[in-house]
Amino acid sequence: MPPALSLEGVSKRFGGVHALADVDFEVAAGEVHGLLGENGSGKSTLIKILAGFHEPDEGSLQINGRPVSLPVPVSRFREYGLSFVHQDLALLPTLTVVENLRTGLIAGGNGVRFISWRAETRRAREIFARYGVSIDPRATVGDLRPVDRALLAIVRAIEEVRAEHDGLGILVLDEPTVFLPRAEVEHLFELVREIAASGSSVLLVSHDLEEIREVTDRVTVLRDGRVVGTSTTATTSEAQLVEMIIGRELLDFSVDKGDANAGDAARVEGLSGPGVDDVSLAVGVGEVVGLTGLAGSGFEAVPYLVFGAWPAGRGTLTIGDQTLNIAGMLPRRALREGIVLIPGDRQRDGAVLPLSVADNVTLPRLPQFWSGLRLQRGSMRRETDRLMDEYDVRPAGATNEYGSLSGGNQQKALLAKWLNAEPRLLLFHEPTQGVDVGARQQIFGTIRDSAANGASVLCASSDHEQLAAICDRVLVFGRGRIAGELTGADVTKDRITERCYRAATPAEAA
Amino acid sequence: MSVLARIASPDVRDWGERLALPFAWLVTIVVFGFLRPDTFLTSDNFFINILGTQAVQVALALALVIPLVAGEYDISVAANLTLASMIVALLNVDHGVNIFLAILVALAAGAVIGIINGGLIVGLGINSFITTLGTSSIIAGVVLWISESRTVGGISSGLVDNVIIGKLFGIPYSFWYVLALSVAMFYVLEYTPLGRRLLFCGRGQSVARLSGLSVGRLRWGAMVASGVIAAAAGVLYAGTTGSADPASGLNFLLPAFSAAFLGATALQPGRFNPFGTIVAVYFLATGITGLQQLGVDTYVQQLFYGGALVLAVALSQLARKRQALDFNPTD
Repeated sequence: MPPALSLEGVSKRFGGVHALADVDFEVAAGEVHGLLGENGSGKSTLIKILAGFHEPDEGSLQINGRPVSLPVPVSRFREYGLSFVHQDLALLPTLTVVENLRTGLIAGGNGVRFISWRAETRRAREIFARYGVSIDPRATVGDLRPVDRALLAIVRAIEEVRAEHDGLGILVLDEPTVFLPRAEVEHLFELVREIAASGSSVLLVSHDLEEIREVTDRVTVLRDGRVVGTSTTATTSEAQLVEMIIGRELLDFSVDKGDANAGDAARVEGLSGPGVDDVSLAVGVGEVVGLTGLAGSGFEAVPYLVFGAWPAGRGTLTIGDQTLNIAGMLPRRALREGIVLIPGDRQRDGAVLPLSVADNVTLPRLPQFWSGLRLQRGSMRRETDRLMDEYDVRPAGATNEYGSLSGGNQQKALLAKWLNAEPRLLLFHEPTQGVDVGARQQIFGTIRDSAANGASVLCASSDHEQLAAICDRVLVFGRGRIAGELTGADVTKDRITERCYRAATPAEAA
Repeated sequence: MSVLARIASPDVRDWGERLALPFAWLVTIVVFGFLRPDTFLTSDNFFINILGTQAVQVALALALVIPLVAGEYDISVAANLTLASMIVALLNVDHGVNIFLAILVALAAGAVIGIINGGLIVGLGINSFITTLGTSSIIAGVVLWISESRTVGGISSGLVDNVIIGKLFGIPYSFWYVLALSVAMFYVLEYTPLGRRLLFCGRGQSVARLSGLSVGRLRWGAMVASGVIAAAAGVLYAGTTGSADPASGLNFLLPAFSAAFLGATALQPGRFNPFGTIVAVYFLATGITGLQQLGVDTYVQQLFYGGALVLAVALSQLARKRQALDFNPTD
């Protein structure tokens, strides 16, 4: 029997970088195949090639032994029996379950014809019963539990291809579980096994080692755009998988707990909110603490919750000798306490692109430029020029449109906007995302300088190299909680990455 | 830096775009002055009919500018104008209330409407377009109710004298009032922290909030300001016609929006701004009046009005390399 899906010699370059180099890879009929790899390993490029989003430079694809030209046009997915469930699930939350389940029916064919929703609802019940899923077809998708939404997306994907392929198909699941609570992922695994048992193949892309070990038959690991290897899951240990992912063996997994230097310049206690559950942490004076984890682990919510940008359910922040309730926090209040947030999404949260650098930089400090009669535009410009010089924003010029600056210079201008006020607690989310290498070094230097001048820094990032470069201590999140801590000599890129994978495993999350 | 320098600077390269609309207005005046030299440029026509009478339209368009800067729509301004003019007429004519007191009550009513609009928008989180569409209809109903669908004439000559009869340099006071209003708005929008904050609130609500601004209060305040200015436009309307009726004021709504959008292509392109709005109102009014005097059919006036708006916004967008003007960035 030919493999359900077989890629040979697939290569893809972006500029001078090999995103994929000569990748061979097979998914057998009726198996659940895992695809693992770090960010940047080529995993998403591979999926995007399969999904028809990128055209490979070289390589061929066979489906059920038949050659298929790459890229696969979206319109032919059904013919080949290919279906995808991406992380965002592509459901319409305001419509009902049955309407979502049958989007293929609605989208395809003649636009004006009668659809019997009674019959469709009955069919939906039969389909759900067949997969052992209990979802009310008449419910609105937005009201479903997250796990039911994921189940619905998966059932829809497999049903759409099965209708045309005698019950067979290839289902690609691209990290469908990252936002799901651990306990509910079980339902999803049952469904995946059900689908494989009925003869279809599943390609599961995931970060989660435990998940991969539990549900897949075989697993392929990518690193730096190449296939490191494919092995039978049952005979591969977790340590072996980690070694394949990060490229070398880690000799010692033990980590020192606690830290003598963990002062109480700022202390967060019992923080719960979207993405995090009962998180407590402390930052010392002059300390840079990294927050990280895999996608969906909740680490990136912490700066926004502490700052009051997102509403928190519970939690307190002790800063200096004051204790504040984070549940009622507002950005205005946080700023008064000397807390600043440099958000990850510059274009949405950081600055208004079509306005000038001076307008953006001076926004939080307008009263300083108020003469009693009017804003001193001259001094606003001069002060902005001075800051741009100090933070090396190029091209200089306070009246330049903020949006005309490069990513790195935009970020430096944002640092100028906030750091000039000498905050006590600095909150970062992905401070060097979309920033060139030179600016990245300067931003690292600026963050360390702020710490050296007595600020406390919390930096949420999935860029482990960055965390290793700037952090004194790194807290690793798993499923909304702090699952591990790295200090001192353990704060290295590899250690952080390794901890992130292990953090997703409940045994480690103690 | 002087006000004029501020308008004309800081980027010399887009002077053309900044001054296109004022230039178009000037051309319109010259063309009609040439075609109808005996009627068009007379003081009765140009100063009183255009500059004076259209001041009501200017005031209403200016009322819209503040919520638009803050990222909100206020559809209720025209109904608000009608209510204010009717309050002035009813109190002054039917109940013999002193005209100053009547004006104060009308302005207070405008403020109350703004407070209600703002409360619904900010407090309950209802979209401003929908909110003010609803309150607009409610206000129009109230006006019909309190006026018993009558036109009320005979408003104190004290008001009429001080709006349209009295003149400075040959131009009715009403023109100077709206000019003063636009100067005040320009000052607040450009030279006070409040104006900067409103701008950021409209252009990037998330940025504004994360920079510590009270976004809710700013939006609410913008609705109140728009309510009061719309009521002031109603007082001017009552003073211009010496009467109030429950329906005609509603006709000011769409031209006010046209002027606000057209004004956003001039002087400070890409931003709702008071001087651009004034020029836009007068440009459109000059064109219409001139066409009327040439004796063209009414439909040509409509074509001119709509054509000028769409063309100006399209040209402005082409000038900024197809990047849409940031008219309503509310998210």
